[in-house]
Amino acid sequence: MKFGVITFPGSNCDYDCHKAVEEGLGLKPVHIWHRETDLDGCDCIILPGGFSYGDYLRTGAIARFSPIMQKVKEHAERGGLVIGICNGFQILLESGLLPGAMMVNRGLQFVCQTVNLSVERNDLAFTNQLQKKQVIRIPIAHKEGNYYIDQKSLKELEDNNQVVFRYCDQNGQAADADNPNGSLNNIAGIVNKRGNVLGMMPHPERAMEKLLGSDQGKLIFNSIKAHLQKVR
Amino acid sequence: MLTAEIRVTLRDGVLDPQGTTLNRSLENIGYKGLKDVRMGKLIQLTLDLSDRAQAQKLVEELCQKVLTNPVIEQYQFTIGESK
Repeated sequence: MKFGVITFPGSNCDYDCHKAVEEGLGLKPVHIWHRETDLDGCDCIILPGGFSYGDYLRTGAIARFSPIMQKVKEHAERGGLVIGICNGFQILLESGLLPGAMMVNRGLQFVCQTVNLSVERNDLAFTNQLQKKQVIRIPIAHKEGNYYIDQKSLKELEDNNQVVFRYCDQNGQAADADNPNGSLNNIAGIVNKRGNVLGMMPHPERAMEKLLGSDQGKLIFNSIKAHLQKVR
Repeated sequence: MLTAEIRVTLRDGVLDPQGTTLNRSLENIGYKGLKDVRMGKLIQLTLDLSDRAQAQKLVEELCQKVLTNPVIEQYQFTIGESK
């Protein structure tokens, strides 16, 4: 079982992801520079957070042209697992691997806080160790996390059950007051139709031990490991 | 030399957090008569090309593939001569 962490110029959560896999799962991940054209046989690819290419044009807009992204697309088309966290999620949106787009937070500020997330699905490779409607606490840190998609596609997304995490209160109610960035329907994370590509704004790799405020990010990494153990 | 001026705006119906905030701020400092504010960006390119058709094609491709995100943005551009 092999995890790969892709580093773009400006990625800054790549080592956190590395540590999450190494210390959280006891596996040695491989690092893949964005200019490379080989995923080295990885089963799960992590696109980490950060500010790829400085995010000057739009978040993730330039990173999607990195040579490795063609391989990530092919990996996803074969059913391989891809998880994009924060900037990684933004890159997945810009690449068209997930639908929708990110806009600046409605408060226009960079938001850095631990939020409650309601788990909408636990039948995925990424969430099988979670309970449906479980509330987990994971930190967010972004300025462009305001998920947008046109109304028709939003309905499709909801009808297809593609929303995986929603910002909510401690009881799991997704009210507007608990929406940190203005995302439509309090969306914090979505999957593609096939369920093998996940994008999420919260950082599970920053919630791997209680000392850091929460260890519930581990549930996501553990889920991926459990899934790969089952299918491999 | 040719230049291109690309006007990128949010699609109709897409909420504009920056525009909304600016609208509120302008009202807060006393300006009346505003109904809505929407913000976009202007991208100015100086092209190393002299053929207009070629310039048109390049800028169109840049807009479609890189400079704008069709999910939230729309664009218009004009090709001109550099002064």
